[in-house]
Amino acid sequence: MSIDVKKRKKTGPWREVWRRLKQNKSAIFGLIVILTLIVVAIFADQIAPYGYDDQNLRARFQTPNGDHWFGTDNFGRDIFSRIIYGAQISLKVGLLAVGIALIVGGTMGAIAGFYGGRLDNGIMRFIDILLAIPSILLAISIVAALGPELRNVMIAVGVGSIPSYARIVRASVLSLRDQEFIEAARAVGASDTRLILKHIIPNSLAPLIVQSTIGVAGAILAAAGLGFIGLGIQPPLAEWGAMLNSGRQYIRDYPHMTAFPGLAIMVTIFALNLLGDGLRDALDPRLKN
Amino acid sequence: MHKYILRRLLLLIPVMLGVSFIVFTMMYFTPGDPARIMLGESAPEADVQKLRDDLGLNDPFFIQYGRYVKNAVVNQDMGRSYITKRPVFDEIAARFPNTLKLASMGVLIAVVIGVPIGIISATRQYSLFDNISMVVALIGVSMPNFWQGLLLIILFSINLAWLPSSGFDTWKHMILPAVTLGTSSAAIITRMTRSSMLEVVRQDYIRTARAKGQKESVVINQHALKNALIPVITVIGLQFGYLLGGAVLTESIFGISGVGRLMVDSIKSRDMLVVQGGVLFIAVTFSIVNLGVDILYSFVDPRIKSQYK
Repeated sequence: MSIDVKKRKKTGPWREVWRRLKQNKSAIFGLIVILTLIVVAIFADQIAPYGYDDQNLRARFQTPNGDHWFGTDNFGRDIFSRIIYGAQISLKVGLLAVGIALIVGGTMGAIAGFYGGRLDNGIMRFIDILLAIPSILLAISIVAALGPELRNVMIAVGVGSIPSYARIVRASVLSLRDQEFIEAARAVGASDTRLILKHIIPNSLAPLIVQSTIGVAGAILAAAGLGFIGLGIQPPLAEWGAMLNSGRQYIRDYPHMTAFPGLAIMVTIFALNLLGDGLRDALDPRLKN
Repeated sequence: MHKYILRRLLLLIPVMLGVSFIVFTMMYFTPGDPARIMLGESAPEADVQKLRDDLGLNDPFFIQYGRYVKNAVVNQDMGRSYITKRPVFDEIAARFPNTLKLASMGVLIAVVIGVPIGIISATRQYSLFDNISMVVALIGVSMPNFWQGLLLIILFSINLAWLPSSGFDTWKHMILPAVTLGTSSAAIITRMTRSSMLEVVRQDYIRTARAKGQKESVVINQHALKNALIPVITVIGLQFGYLLGGAVLTESIFGISGVGRLMVDSIKSRDMLVVQGGVLFIAVTFSIVNLGVDILYSFVDPRIKSQYK
């Protein structure tokens, strides 16, 4: 007699989430697109047929063809290659801006929710102030003050999304801090920092993961918007928004210059939104409609 | 209710002080000497220094900030543009109607499209209509509006020559910008209306209404809609604020002379007082709109009104 060990399924909350996510075809489609983009961004040097700033003035304004899949721009640069390098920039901005917002906003929210009282009041009033400025205007002002560089664009876009993370973490902390397992951890002598980092944050990850996925989409969009009005990452760097902006003046005769960068932004954001929706349904099935 | 509105208006004061402080600080540390910008690169250093003294730019930071707030509150004076030398307030006030018109039309389009589609999608969950409108809504959320604006120009202005691609004089000029600005909001409102409706439709009182044998149209319009619209109103209010900010991009695509474009131009010419004034102006408008939305709640939901007393 033998026991069929293979059949025993491994269980656990994250496995359960992954199982639910796998069933959602559109979320998996989004995930595949994002993973592909990440691979493309990492291996941009190997994949791109030309450099992002390789000019060939004899091959200007070419429409899509065998040599230049997405055509060339006003300097004869290969648009396909520039879009691939653009993926590097956009993903970097998206991830780091969300990272900044997550760390700063999350910390503020955790402190506000955990300690309550005046500290909570002070932090939340600060968040109210940030919320009163539409995020794109806040980003524009920050870039205006710091200068239009990659790092500053990340900061500008990140600061604009601090409030949402602060609010999510604060709400989770408030609902968790009086629960018995926190009391138990406190009773065995855990410090406040340990309570927050080891017990509260892991339990409030679900909404944070969803917000971060959608947040990366928002950050990429905001950075592209800044690039489009000329206040973002500056040419010759291949930022999708800036590419759209430079293609704008040739829109009448060479619409391909604006079509492909726009499509790249849209596909990325669409995939992130699909994944974000799927993650929300998988992490909290109650929310699913 | 009056007390509530008054309290909320009073609460606006510290928020606006905070906003002005943040914006003032950022602009203060922005590189570029205002006196130098006003007089030009070739002006002698002595003149620049004299102007700095006259403008109070050599005063300590907090004195400058205090003076800015005092002038803004007491005299509605937000300084003068470094470039045009006109009062910042006038510069903004001249362009604000266009921005407000654009944002309002954007919201109108978003509501007119978003709410009905959201309701129909919810009442026919998982139908073909629902699936298609949800995919289209997700595309709408994902499409950068500055790109969409360019595509609309290619199609309607260049290829079909139906609508003008720039300016903001007649209703024909307003269609493309308003659609551009309103699309992503329409998509967000559609999604919100749908999920809010779906939640309400599952409540017991809806089942009761159906069990009583009421017509489906009565169940949806009389019972479900009123409760489902409350979170939708919040979203509409928030969207209005985003559109006021988002108008920056739309205005620059369609060459509309609004506050957003004024700000972008001012940043490029380092005219920081105008930028500062523009952000403040939009933040005040945004906050007032949000207050309006909160008051609107009480008309939709009597339970909320009773809390205000």
